[in-house]
Amino acid sequence: MALKPINRKADRMVTYLANQGDVPPAEQMAGPVDPAAANAGADENAEDVVALGGRLPEIPEIPHIPLGCSLVFAPGWEVDEAGGTAGLCQPVERDLFDCHLACFWPAHVPDQLNHSPDWTGKCAAAQNDWRKLEMIFP
Amino acid sequence: MSNIGIASAASSATAGAAPPANGGPGPANGAPGPANGAPAPAIPGADGPGSAPAPDVLTLGEFHSFQAEDSTFLYLVPSAAIFRLDAPSRAVLEALETANRTPAELLGMLGSRFPAEEVANRVEELMGVRAIGLLGKPAPAPPDLLPPKGFPLTTMVLNVTSKCNLACTYCYEYGDDRIVEADSKPRYMDLETARESVDFMFEQGGTNRLVHLTFFGGETLLNFKLLKSTVAYARQRAKEVGKEVDFSLTTNATLLKPEIVDWLAEYRVGVTVSIDGPREVQDGLRVFSNGMGSYDIILPKIKDLLARHRTRPIGARVTLTSKNLDVKEIFTHLTEEIGFWEVGFAPVTSSSCRDFSISDAGYDQMLGQFEELARDFLEHACADRHHGFSNVKDTLEEIHKGVSKAYPCGAGLGLMGVATDGDVALCHRFAGSDEHKIGSVSEGVDTEVQYDYLKKHHINSKTDCHTCWARPICAGGCYHEAHTRYGTTGTPNLHFCEWVRSWTDTCLRVYGAISERNPAFLARFDA
Repeated sequence: MALKPINRKADRMVTYLANQGDVPPAEQMAGPVDPAAANAGADENAEDVVALGGRLPEIPEIPHIPLGCSLVFAPGWEVDEAGGTAGLCQPVERDLFDCHLACFWPAHVPDQLNHSPDWTGKCAAAQNDWRKLEMIFP
Repeated sequence: MSNIGIASAASSATAGAAPPANGGPGPANGAPGPANGAPAPAIPGADGPGSAPAPDVLTLGEFHSFQAEDSTFLYLVPSAAIFRLDAPSRAVLEALETANRTPAELLGMLGSRFPAEEVANRVEELMGVRAIGLLGKPAPAPPDLLPPKGFPLTTMVLNVTSKCNLACTYCYEYGDDRIVEADSKPRYMDLETARESVDFMFEQGGTNRLVHLTFFGGETLLNFKLLKSTVAYARQRAKEVGKEVDFSLTTNATLLKPEIVDWLAEYRVGVTVSIDGPREVQDGLRVFSNGMGSYDIILPKIKDLLARHRTRPIGARVTLTSKNLDVKEIFTHLTEEIGFWEVGFAPVTSSSCRDFSISDAGYDQMLGQFEELARDFLEHACADRHHGFSNVKDTLEEIHKGVSKAYPCGAGLGLMGVATDGDVALCHRFAGSDEHKIGSVSEGVDTEVQYDYLKKHHINSKTDCHTCWARPICAGGCYHEAHTRYGTTGTPNLHFCEWVRSWTDTCLRVYGAISERNPAFLARFDA
């Protein structure tokens, strides 16, 4: 293998892959890589490869509607509709400015309309300058 | 974080355990821009009936890249495997970092730098180890497994007393953040309970040939009489059931005396001394109830212990607070000036409002010093010399084995804590807490309660962790820390995240450097 296995888990993974012979042949680069081949046999010994990594419970695919904060405040903005936190407002640039500029609900980010018009004044690009965003106590 | 071209990646397409992404690929790994002139990749299955099948689009999997000794390595998540990249595989990942691409686009981009076969081969290998995957076709999710019923106990921690002759300000047993009121349980464990505990330990040990019995407190040596008879009983029972038992204890060293040291050496009892550092540090918070410092009392006793107890290496365990963050100075004092074989550091567990709790700036300072010690460790490792910084050693061992944890520790599973009255709790830090009781040594473990805990604390239940690359090693962190901070054991320790990622990255870089400079050193972690 050109990728050099360094730790024990990598050794086991290489052995596993060699025994499976499941990776698509190089010639397939002329066309698309065969996904079925790439993942073939992955389930059988998956435990060995990923240890007790665990899997999320099977939940039906449901569309994730709000990109910003929850639109319905039930049971509360602290949790999403599944009772977790994954569906809440994510701290990515798009959300940050979406919420900050337009949101009337001041719990997530300071409310620029009324109280904190210059909150992002020092933050030209959130991914670089997020440390400059200061805590605001309304 | 990586300081090279390839960033840590957590792609929604391949991260098996990732939560549902917000509406598909974002700008970070979105469609190729006009710079490379390639058409936007079609998402398989998105085209209408009758159209030609869309080409498969490659996207980054979930990994953390790091650099050591001029080589680039991948730490794969969640498998925890580490691979070293060569130039073509690195180029493939860099190309995919800017945009998802079809294999043909990749060949077009990299064809002038590498032979097409080489690129194809690297794509194949990177797919095999799941460093890259196909957009919209996530890798199979890891199996959803709880540990099997009857999981054998490896370590039992016996709280032989809840009393202590010191009054350390930050103590989680007595301080303001305590879980159990000291007067709610007997202050000393009695002999009958200790014996029942030993029987319980061998029974719960199942198929394990070796079990560890650790004495904890309070101050363990306040109940030395019980220690002696329990060790004797456990050795006798071990013979009867054909197993081995190993002993260790934690002490503040104030009550050590020659006959105790002789006994510790004779029965090969591992000793960990709780000590915070040089006199001014130790005497700041580790005080007697009248406020007097303990350094001058314990120093001659520790020196005697180190001189005469030679059957097991003796370690020091330091609690770091806002008052003592000079990790290097403490380490040097404890190893070179006093002579401890190993020193482990742990930040104090406390509410954030306490005077001694460590601030964010304090954590940064602590991390900087840990990194310096880790560099010292690296130099020692490359010269095959011992270095007693146990924090880095423990993490390196986990990295070497490639552990991918479903739980942050063995609490409630391979490790249990027994309170002075015989109640069994998740671990010694919860011993005596009715809320965290999972059984008793006389009646055994309530498997229903135990498995409720295991379900609740599984990494799958910690949504916040699902996009973190450090989760194979961290898995959310200490339950007791979480309980103190958030009031519940099930919450990941979010206040530690940045710190844990930085520290894990440091240890990965040390590991990578050792693998390049002195790979034979790593064999010691195979055991």
